[in-house]
This record gives sequence, C-alpha cells and structure tokens, in this order.
Amino acid sequence: MQIYLPIAEVSVNIFVLLGLGGIVGFLSGMFGVGGGFLITPLLFFIGIPPAIAVATGANQVVASSVSGVLAHLRRRTVDFRMGLVLLAGGLAGSTLGIGVFSRLSAAGQVDLLIQLSYVLFLGLIGTLMLQESLRALRRTTRPGTKPRRSHEHLLVHRLPLKIKFRTSGLYISVVPPILVGALVGFLAAIMGVGGGFIMVPAMIYLLGMPTKVVVGTSLFQIIFITGFTTVMHATTSFSVDMALALLLIIGGVIGAQIGAQVGLKLKAEQLRILLALLVLAVAAKIALDLLLQPAELFSLTPVRLP
Amino acid sequence: MIRLFAVLMMIAPAFAQETVVAGLSQTRVAITAQFEGSEILIYGAVKRSAPGPKGPPLEVIITAEGPAMPVMVRSKDRRFGLWVNTGAVRIDQAPSFYAIATTAPLAQVLTETEDLRHRISIPRAIRAVGVAAENLDAPSYTTALIRIREASGAYGMREGAVTLSQDTLFRADVALPANLTEGDYRVRIFLTRGGAVIDSLESTINVRKEGLERWLTNLARQQPLIYGLLSLLIAVLAGWAASAGFRFLRA
Repeated sequence: MQIYLPIAEVSVNIFVLLGLGGIVGFLSGMFGVGGGFLITPLLFFIGIPPAIAVATGANQVVASSVSGVLAHLRRRTVDFRMGLVLLAGGLAGSTLGIGVFSRLSAAGQVDLLIQLSYVLFLGLIGTLMLQESLRALRRTTRPGTKPRRSHEHLLVHRLPLKIKFRTSGLYISVVPPILVGALVGFLAAIMGVGGGFIMVPAMIYLLGMPTKVVVGTSLFQIIFITGFTTVMHATTSFSVDMALALLLIIGGVIGAQIGAQVGLKLKAEQLRILLALLVLAVAAKIALDLLLQPAELFSLTPVRLP
Repeated sequence: MIRLFAVLMMIAPAFAQETVVAGLSQTRVAITAQFEGSEILIYGAVKRSAPGPKGPPLEVIITAEGPAMPVMVRSKDRRFGLWVNTGAVRIDQAPSFYAIATTAPLAQVLTETEDLRHRISIPRAIRAVGVAAENLDAPSYTTALIRIREASGAYGMREGAVTLSQDTLFRADVALPANLTEGDYRVRIFLTRGGAVIDSLESTINVRKEGLERWLTNLARQQPLIYGLLSLLIAVLAGWAASAGFRFLRA
C-alpha cells in the first residue's frame, strides 16, 4: 500500500515506514538513544530527500523519547535536575550549531562534514564503549579481581557550583554537565540527530552517573533538543513532513515500548556491548561510503527557489 | 491582388495543409494520499483540406513535461583517499518530468534543426545557458542529470509508442509516476513529414495536491510555526498514547 507524502513529494510503501519506525523505536527504548543516527540514513536509503529526512527524523525521535521517558518515570529512573542542567547547555550548543551549519552549507561541503563527524564520533564512542563494557563483563564473570571504586574523586567533584543530584546519587559541580550538554547540542545540530549516543557514554564515563538513571535522563533531555530542532526546521526550511513523521511515530512508539521491556531483561553490560556494536556498524557503513568508489559519481540537489 | 492570391495558393499546400486536433483523457490530476500515479491518454486526428501529399510519411511526436526547476549537479572525486564532492554545475532549468512518445525512431522523424527550434528531445529540453563557460566538463554533468532522471523514471523516451492509423487518427498513453511534483504539465503534439514540423498543438495538465495533502502543504508553507508545533504535539501525544496503551494491556 503506497502513500504520497505531501512535503517530500515522494510515494512510499506504508509498511516500510511503519517497519522502519518500529525498528528504530525498539532500539530507542532498549538503549535510551533517540535513534536519529539510524533513522536519518535509513530514510535517505528509501529515497526521502536528505533535508526532509533530517527534520522529520527529529520529529519522530520526539515521540519515541516521550514514550520511553514515561516508562522510565514509573520506575523513577529519570534525574530531572540533571536533565534540566544538561538541557540548558544543550539549547545553547544547538543554537550555535544551527548557525555554524547554515554557514557551512552556504560554503558547500556540508555533506562531507556530516559524514566525517558521524564516522569520527560514532567510531570513537563505539570503540570506547565496547572496550569498557567487555572489561566490565569480564570483571563480573571472573571473581577475585579488584572491583572498581564507586566513589572516585574526579574533576567533577573539584569544580565550584556543586549541586546535589539525588536520583543519580551525585554531589558534583554543574559546570561539567552544562559543558557536556552544550557539546552534545552542538554536535546534534551539526549531525541532525538527538545526540543520545554521545550523551549516554558522556553521562556514564564523564559524570559518573549510574547506567539505569542515564537512559531515562538522556531520553528526557532528547525530547527537548529534538523538539527544538523540529520547530526550527519547520520554520526555516519547511522540511518537516507530518504524514511521514506520523507513520514513523506509530511504528516507533510501539517499538519503543517493546524495546524498554527487552532492555529490562538484559544486564547493563550486555546492553552497552550491543549499543557499542550498533554504533560501530553505522560508523563503518558511513566510512565505507567515503572510502569506496560510488556507483554513480554524480548527484542531484534541487535548488530551492526563495 | 490576383497574383498574390496565386502565390499564396502555391505556398499553402506545402505548409498549413495538415493541422492537428487533439484531446486529453484528463486535464486535471489530483494528488491525494493514495496517489499511485496516473495514466493519461492523449488522442487526436489530423485535419486535411485536401488528400495528404505524396512523399515522406506523416509522423507524430508527443511530449509531456513537468514544471522546470533549477538543479545542482555535483560530481565526486577522490581526494586524500575519500570520495568527496569536487565539482558542481547549476542547470538553470530542467523539467521535473519529461516523456516523449513517437511513431518511429526520433532520428527518423525529426531533424536536428527542428529539434533545436522546438526543444523536443530530452537533451534539448534541459536549458543550461552559460554552463559551458562555468565548467569545461559541463556536457558530462548534463548527461549525468539525464542518466539519473532516466534511471528514476522521471525522463523517458518511448519510440514507436504513438499509434497512427490511416495517417489520420493517433493515440498514446503517458504514465505519470507516483513521485509527481505539483504544477502545470505541458503536453505538446507535433506533426512531422521528412523530419520537418508541419503543425503543433499545446495543452496543459493541471497537477494539484488535494484534500489532506493540500491542507498540510498550505499549513507548512503559510503557518510554519503552527505546523511545527502541531507536529510536535502529535509526536508527544503519540508517545504518551503508546505508553498508556501498553500499560493498560499489561494491567
């Protein structure tokens, strides 16, 4: 069954869209990532114009994140105070990023920048996470090795403006979370994603938050970042396709609920290994696109009339 | 006066002796959510004041073209081991859709000069003024544009797809694809003899979004902030509904 998308001006199969939304929603619920880094390349693949794929992908991420956050709220695994601090930094970073993005796209070569930042960040984070989780898994399965101290005194404990984050069980300075939020917001605007795949490891390794709280808090913050991005895209480039978003959302919210249930049954280390492998797979795919000779050397971009 | 009339009588048979009359099965195409493409029948007849002349046979060429838009064609090359966009050419006007149907191979029914004058073949339908000055390799960009659009089904030539019976009645089907851009589609019908165009006719098909599609497009264009916030609201409600629904199912 085909549907004609009003803004994208493309006709696509309804079930393909529902399925795509479902897969991404499932991963989103399971890992606490928004799924933007998956949905956007997948939409390019089925022939949606890039600008519309980026903007509509952001809209879809809002829905799956709301659904995921509600599941976490009932388990009290959302640190609101931390979420708001991250968000304050995130909105500032995102505004800056959107400015840089439009300046670079006017200068050309913005595609290359997006691809390179995907490969660099996904590759780096995937590798770090995989390494760490494998080590953690080995520690839990092989008794007798020294356990990691839970209260290491990192940089986050020495900076001023300390706040108590009760849900996370932390008493740290607000400066590092604001900087993490700003960095993620900036990268999110450049790469057109929610930034959960950067946020989740940053919260675990830089801020020392417990894994269970990280997922809910990351989703909470992603809702606002992607919501902001959706409205920005709708008002500046008219590139949000509501019909496309709705179909992805229907698949996505159902997938997210199933994903959250599956996520509960897995161990935190296993969850992190799976997420690391997924992130690495996407990075490898984009790297191959840059390294191998494409079948068609030419590409078309419609010029939008003002 | 009489002499002038005699001259006109001598010239007339060579030119306006055969004229084309034609109709379309539909002149409006409504794009709704279920739009899956549309087939348009173009039919017509050749009107004559006298029996057709001897010599080269009568041929018919039918073209249908979508609204023309500027397009940027970029080419990739290897730099430092990576495939990156290195060259770009802006094509001023390229139809979003272009279909040609003829009674016989185009080279037989149309001369180069006539093609140049009426812009009938696909390469001629693309207007790229001043491109050659901008980039020495410009022709390869134009051929790439045609190649990509032919592969996607937006451009196509069907030689022999027009049926002409008894040198008088002709008909052809033009399939409009599902991925259609809004706008006025121009249909042209040419009669040729010996490669020269002897008469032509133009008509338009009005392609418009309707119903929900029309409403969404207008809202997105005219009230972008409301549209953006509405998209957001739908997303939040859907997320909440799924969460509540699953909780209800498990309870």
